[in-house]
Amino acid sequence: MLSTDNDILSAAESWRRDGRTVALATVIETWGSAPRPVGSHLVVDGDGNFLGSVSGGCVEGAVITEGLDAIADGRPRVVEFGVADETAWRVGLSCGGRIRVFVEPVT
Amino acid sequence: MKLDSLTILNAERAARRAAILVTDLDDGAQRVVREAEIAADPLADILAKRLASGKSGLIELDGRQVFFTVQAPPVRLVVIGAVHISQALCPMAAALGLSVAVIDPRTAFATPERFPDIDLVAEWPDDAFATRLAPLDRYCAVAALTHDPKIDDPALIAALHAGCFYVGALGSKKTHAARVARLEQAGFSEAEIGRIAAPIGLNIGAISPAEIAVSILAQIVAAQRAPRSGPVA
Repeated sequence: MLSTDNDILSAAESWRRDGRTVALATVIETWGSAPRPVGSHLVVDGDGNFLGSVSGGCVEGAVITEGLDAIADGRPRVVEFGVADETAWRVGLSCGGRIRVFVEPVT
Repeated sequence: MKLDSLTILNAERAARRAAILVTDLDDGAQRVVREAEIAADPLADILAKRLASGKSGLIELDGRQVFFTVQAPPVRLVVIGAVHISQALCPMAAALGLSVAVIDPRTAFATPERFPDIDLVAEWPDDAFATRLAPLDRYCAVAALTHDPKIDDPALIAALHAGCFYVGALGSKKTHAARVARLEQAGFSEAEIGRIAAPIGLNIGAISPAEIAVSILAQIVAAQRAPRSGPVA
């Protein structure tokens, strides 16, 4: 099922109320041809279950890892992905775009 | 994000009210501003513009990076009359991202063949809102296109009561003058009746049904996006 960003915020709330640890990722800036618009969300729980998309699949794995880190240390962070990034060879956007993502624990 | 903030955002959305989450990216501090709280907020101008655009975005404020997550209810267009203009209007409105419903109690007009993939309600407007459709609210546009006061008037009255951000009615100036008289009779003030766009649509010299549809949609977009001129989404 395709989730809207609204479904994702609802899921984030209900997961947290169920006692799961949760982090929320939000696309805050895009350059070039980024697949998901500013404001797009992804929610992940402490077991790595996730819902939503910040890049149409390109960097979700890395964002989930950042989410797990945010859950572990309780701190929000801003991460950037794209061809200009030094990690481009590892996790880049094949479309050539760049995105910045805010990743925060839900507490 | 605090669970409290998330809960407020979800509750406001469920109630079809707008809200904006303000996040300071430097320290992670966050607060939710409800639509009704925007005017009194220190960032009122920025928040109002954000809400008008309907877009989330990043702004630098006093050297700090601040992200605004804009959450606005999806805008609905309710078309009264399963007429020729509506057939042109519905797919164009869907392309604009509006959620469209058509109401017409005349079953000869309201057929799925004429309106494929459109939420079509073959009921009188009051019955349609009482049963099949969600009630009208500020994030609705209503376009009355039947030319028949028995069908258009109840929908216009419901739209004015609900404070819909756009209310338009098809008909000549003479037709509208008669409509104004009926609405005055029904107890509406001049200002309330003045909210009805009539004759409907921007004056672009539209002739064909598709051209009239363009003029109506342009007027709806203007009502939706023009800052501070009524509710926005």
